[in-house]
Amino acid sequence: MTDKERFVPDEGLAPASTVLPAAGELDEFTKPPRSQWANVWDQFKTHKGALWGGILFLLIVVTVFLGPYVWTIDPTHIDIRARNQGPSLAHPFGTDQLGRDMLARMMAGGRTSVSVGIAAMLLALGLGSLIGVMAGFFKRLDGPLMRLTDLFLALPLLPLLLVMMMLFREPLNATFGPEQGIFILIVCAIGITSWMPTARIVRGDVLALKEREFVLAARSMGTTNTKMILRHILPNVLSPIMVSATLGIATAIITESALSFLGLGFPPDFPTWGRLLFDATDYLQQYPERVFWPGMAISLTVLSVNYLGDGLRDALDPRIRGR
Amino acid sequence: MLTFTIRRLVLAVPTLIFISLVIFLLLQLAPGDPMAQVPLTVPPEVKEKMREALGLGQPLHIQYWKWLVQFFWIEPQVLIDHYLGTSFSQGDLRVISWQTRSPVMDIVIQRIPQTLWVVGTAYVVGILIALPIGIYSAYRQYSWFDQAGTFVSMVGFSVPPFFSGVLVIVIFSVHLGWFPSIYDTTHVVDDWDSFVYQLRQMIMPVMVLALQITAQISRFMRASMLDNLNQDYVRTARAKGLGEYTVVMVHVLRNSMIPVVTVIALGVPSIFGGAIITEQVFKVNGIGQLLIGAIQANDLPMVQTLTFIFAVLIVLFNLIADVLYGLLDPRIRYD
Repeated sequence: MTDKERFVPDEGLAPASTVLPAAGELDEFTKPPRSQWANVWDQFKTHKGALWGGILFLLIVVTVFLGPYVWTIDPTHIDIRARNQGPSLAHPFGTDQLGRDMLARMMAGGRTSVSVGIAAMLLALGLGSLIGVMAGFFKRLDGPLMRLTDLFLALPLLPLLLVMMMLFREPLNATFGPEQGIFILIVCAIGITSWMPTARIVRGDVLALKEREFVLAARSMGTTNTKMILRHILPNVLSPIMVSATLGIATAIITESALSFLGLGFPPDFPTWGRLLFDATDYLQQYPERVFWPGMAISLTVLSVNYLGDGLRDALDPRIRGR
Repeated sequence: MLTFTIRRLVLAVPTLIFISLVIFLLLQLAPGDPMAQVPLTVPPEVKEKMREALGLGQPLHIQYWKWLVQFFWIEPQVLIDHYLGTSFSQGDLRVISWQTRSPVMDIVIQRIPQTLWVVGTAYVVGILIALPIGIYSAYRQYSWFDQAGTFVSMVGFSVPPFFSGVLVIVIFSVHLGWFPSIYDTTHVVDDWDSFVYQLRQMIMPVMVLALQITAQISRFMRASMLDNLNQDYVRTARAKGLGEYTVVMVHVLRNSMIPVVTVIALGVPSIFGGAIITEQVFKVNGIGQLLIGAIQANDLPMVQTLTFIFAVLIVLFNLIADVLYGLLDPRIRYD
């Protein structure tokens, strides 16, 4: 038996909208009909970790993007007389070795880190869904595209990312300026090295969906391939894509911080959480709290996103929902 | 099974050639020049000669072919010569590092033991911690132990090694002073005291790495146990009066180990390459640090060889995982 044959009849991959309510829930039929998303929300609410994760992530995003309008100190403003200060009312997180306000730098850094995470996730998701849908839907493309996915999975990713940073930094800096250039480079590098899991999951789901009756019905009505994918296939593979999206943000943020930490990410005067952590390790003995803030920010963001993804996975899985 | 293994082995060859080509072409775009460090007083003709001696300036496909020959034909010969005292490789050009002007493989061989010691120990420790946690939290699903295990593995997933590493340095080296913060690779173990020192300097990097490995594998173990605990054969085993220990530890555990063993095999390449950041934090003089140093010094042959070694390991262990899957599970015999 080959892999593929084992895969298709797996009912576990059935999308949420197509599963009928269990026989034991007869009283459900007397209630007014509910949308799928109301059910998903109900299940999501029962997962306490996911709920708190979602709230925390929203809070972090809001602080990072709207915070600078409230806390108006310029993160690049150097006040050499106020350097290396501890926490105070004027500087709640203290100041660094050049007297720059750490709270403002944390918010500026978070803006970059979260933007990189979201942009890289969107790119990876787009690529992964495209390749997954193409491979699952068109039989002729399946072989080559899956071999390509396997090839990418066999690449040593972190070393390659480092090499890419080394190679393309200069030309992109020259074209887009140092900050824009490195942003584009990091987003593209993370995006094109992390689409493979999404592609595999989406392909598996599309393969199972393609055999269902509603696809046959739509086909018999003369639906074209494009319409079929956009109207019937994509909405039904939305749940695995959403779960990959949350987990994608987490990996992208960690990868970006790792690159910055290794000194191959954003330029030194441009704060990101990884960069702040890296700079703070030089003053580890004197001011350990300076390592703590950016590290805590990265960990909390990733932890909240991971819990959110965990809850989404449960909420979108019709086998678990209603239990 | 044998045909499957052979087919996969044959398929691995084009994969590896493709990956080597990708790495080679990517590095050809590099802006660096190995002659940048040579003093300006050296005349251009001499520089041209030096460049030729390094094998530059030839057409791309010849450079690529030469590198392949050096990597797959000459380096194994050097290895045979080293062990058997023969002289197959005498006079052949090896892959030369631009940093040290010495053969790349010699440096790699020097660095591998440090990496293997630290990361290998971490892998073993991580697995040994993860398996019992996974088994027990699946057996008592949704108990406080399971919730705590879930939280710890979530933390293990979320806290990046460059934070947890720095954090343990702050706590255990700076404040408590229990362990040295820098891993001393020149340390020789020859008596009890030096062995204790070796243990002390290994504890922190091993723990940081083991946290991540534990997080992944305990999740896998738990999921795999949960899949099996509700199977019919478990009910049958209980119904015929087997003890709870036998049911869980023999029947269920053996079946749930199948996917876990393959996951463990898939993780082995990361022993060699994935610890780049941890090695950087604790200043372990291993392979990952070598790669970072080579990238910063623009040492292309070194980067090329190291990246390719990582790729070979990934392909090899993917293959081993697939074959293991077939061997362990008679339902999946790929014929």
